[in-house]
Amino acid sequence: MSAKTQSLLWIAQRATAAVLAICVAVHLATIIYAVQGGLSAAEILSRTRGSGGWLVFYLVFVAAVSVHAPIGLRAIFIEWLGWRARSRDLALLAFSLLILWMGVRAALGVFG
Amino acid sequence: MRVLVQRASGFQEFEVPREPSQTVLDVVTYIQRRLDPTLAYRYACRVGMCGSCAMTVNGVPRWTCRTHVDRVLKDDALSVGPLKNLPVIRDLVTDMRDFFDKWARAGGQFKGGRTKQDAFHEIPPSSADRREVDKAIECIGCGVCYAACDVVAWNPEYLGPAALNRAWTLTKDVRDKAKMERLRAVAGDAGCHSCHTHMSCTERCPKQLSPTAGIAGLKREVTKAMLHGEL
Repeated sequence: MSAKTQSLLWIAQRATAAVLAICVAVHLATIIYAVQGGLSAAEILSRTRGSGGWLVFYLVFVAAVSVHAPIGLRAIFIEWLGWRARSRDLALLAFSLLILWMGVRAALGVFG
Repeated sequence: MRVLVQRASGFQEFEVPREPSQTVLDVVTYIQRRLDPTLAYRYACRVGMCGSCAMTVNGVPRWTCRTHVDRVLKDDALSVGPLKNLPVIRDLVTDMRDFFDKWARAGGQFKGGRTKQDAFHEIPPSSADRREVDKAIECIGCGVCYAACDVVAWNPEYLGPAALNRAWTLTKDVRDKAKMERLRAVAGDAGCHSCHTHMSCTERCPKQLSPTAGIAGLKREVTKAMLHGEL
């Protein structure tokens, strides 16, 4: 991987961190608000089902996580496991696609 | 005082008399001259200019010629070892080749664009770029920051704080013509983007420089170059 691509990954991680700062804050505020009267599946679904706003919010959240987390893991793999082979980036790409797929599936699940 | 010196066979203990204004380098010199002439260590100027006498003192990298025993003595004892993150040649002497090769790899050479026929390049000392250079230029190449850096310990490819600090001073030097080449050299996993901003280099630098600030500057410059499609 070229130094240019590595720099691009760094920028992508910082940019998604900025997105996540907002998403996590909204997510936590929603949790605190939602548990006030007890938490139930029906209550969650009543908020998310058919709501385009929440669908977009969670899709953005999931996309940011699937970019941010594997790049962070990449640094951990380099520094703590000494994993420097190409297999590392392929494994991380697979991990990224896995959490993207799981996240999108969950966001669509509570929407439809 | 009791002095523990780290050698290949382990820590060796010496008894060294206390003197007024005694430095750690004085202690090591006393051991080598009076107690054990086989002890290997490195120094040159003795006044904090040459950067050759850095060692690990009580677990912390320091320039020994300017470190007073008063400041570091604990329970009348002192430990001295070679700098971390560098191969040991013998006793307190480390192999600095990797350290300085990385300066070259980080584009540490000045590349000017003028010849001797041209006039001098006038740089106002008050200009923003020159002030950035001034903050970082007093590095003596002692290797203390390199020994203090966690990222160097974890990732042997990492160029390290001193080499990146040097690259930063040249990036801000308006006379230099190799800016993009240098930014390409310091970008990515081996370069500025691997810095975790632990600031150990800044904490330990005997010249009170902040390689961390320079590395952050390099990250900004690389990002700007990427966004302009210049990298």
